[in-house]
Amino acid sequence: MTTLRQELDARGLNCPLPILRVKKAITTMSHGQVLRVLATDPGSVKDFDAFCKQTGNELLASEHNGSEYAFLIRKN
Amino acid sequence: MSTIAEVIPSARLSQDLFQKHGPALDAWFDERFAKKTQELEENKTRSLAIIATKGTMDWAYPPFILASTASALGWDVSVFFTFYGLELLKKDLHLEVSPLGNPGMPMKMPFGPKWFKGINWNVPNLVMAGLPGFEKMATGMMKQTVKNNGVATIAELREACIEGGVNLVACQMTVDLFGYTHGDFIPEVKDWIGAATFLPIAQQSDVCLFI
Repeated sequence: MTTLRQELDARGLNCPLPILRVKKAITTMSHGQVLRVLATDPGSVKDFDAFCKQTGNELLASEHNGSEYAFLIRKN
Repeated sequence: MSTIAEVIPSARLSQDLFQKHGPALDAWFDERFAKKTQELEENKTRSLAIIATKGTMDWAYPPFILASTASALGWDVSVFFTFYGLELLKKDLHLEVSPLGNPGMPMKMPFGPKWFKGINWNVPNLVMAGLPGFEKMATGMMKQTVKNNGVATIAELREACIEGGVNLVACQMTVDLFGYTHGDFIPEVKDWIGAATFLPIAQQSDVCLFI
């Protein structure tokens, strides 16, 4: 069971703000901690996938509920 | 003439070894080389070099979006601001957008119901050119549209670049040409350089863009 340490509400923000906010949040976290992100930008689905691949963090989950998206990112 | 193996006995041994195990050694080397190359490739810090040459609000977005995003991805980023691009580094950002002579720019209202916002107001160039304050109005509408859509302002993106450690450098020649002083620009400008200094940075980069 992973502990949720951080939450980030990026709803209403558009490219590239969700990525920039996540990057900022992740910098303050320690390794192994998980960040839960909420977003409404449809582009964020692909963007967070690419972001995690590039930065070596792990995208644990990517969910889609109506016009809202939720992501779980573990800092590695 | 004697062979190497005759002069150096140990060479004879390794030659025998190579004859016996040559193909296996080759395969081992190839595999190791491929692995090492991939490892180096994966661990390499990517870099982006941008030349920003435009000073209007619409053209300010691409360099700042790409630079701030690349810095978030952990890349090394440098942006060289030259000619009108220098406007993007001014302490007071007064960027405007002009629909005049820009047929690619949709003219849409940032308010009202969806069907109304969807209308493209096709204003003839002659009218745009003749109406005083038309650009100010267009800029105001663009700013409202940006706000309505949750898109960052230029100031926000520039701040994100600074926070992300983007190397902001400016063209000294343009500063002299347009009669600016260094005091007109934000103090975060790292250096005042020329083409000869920027080109080696661009040459080292993985991605280089002229905007």
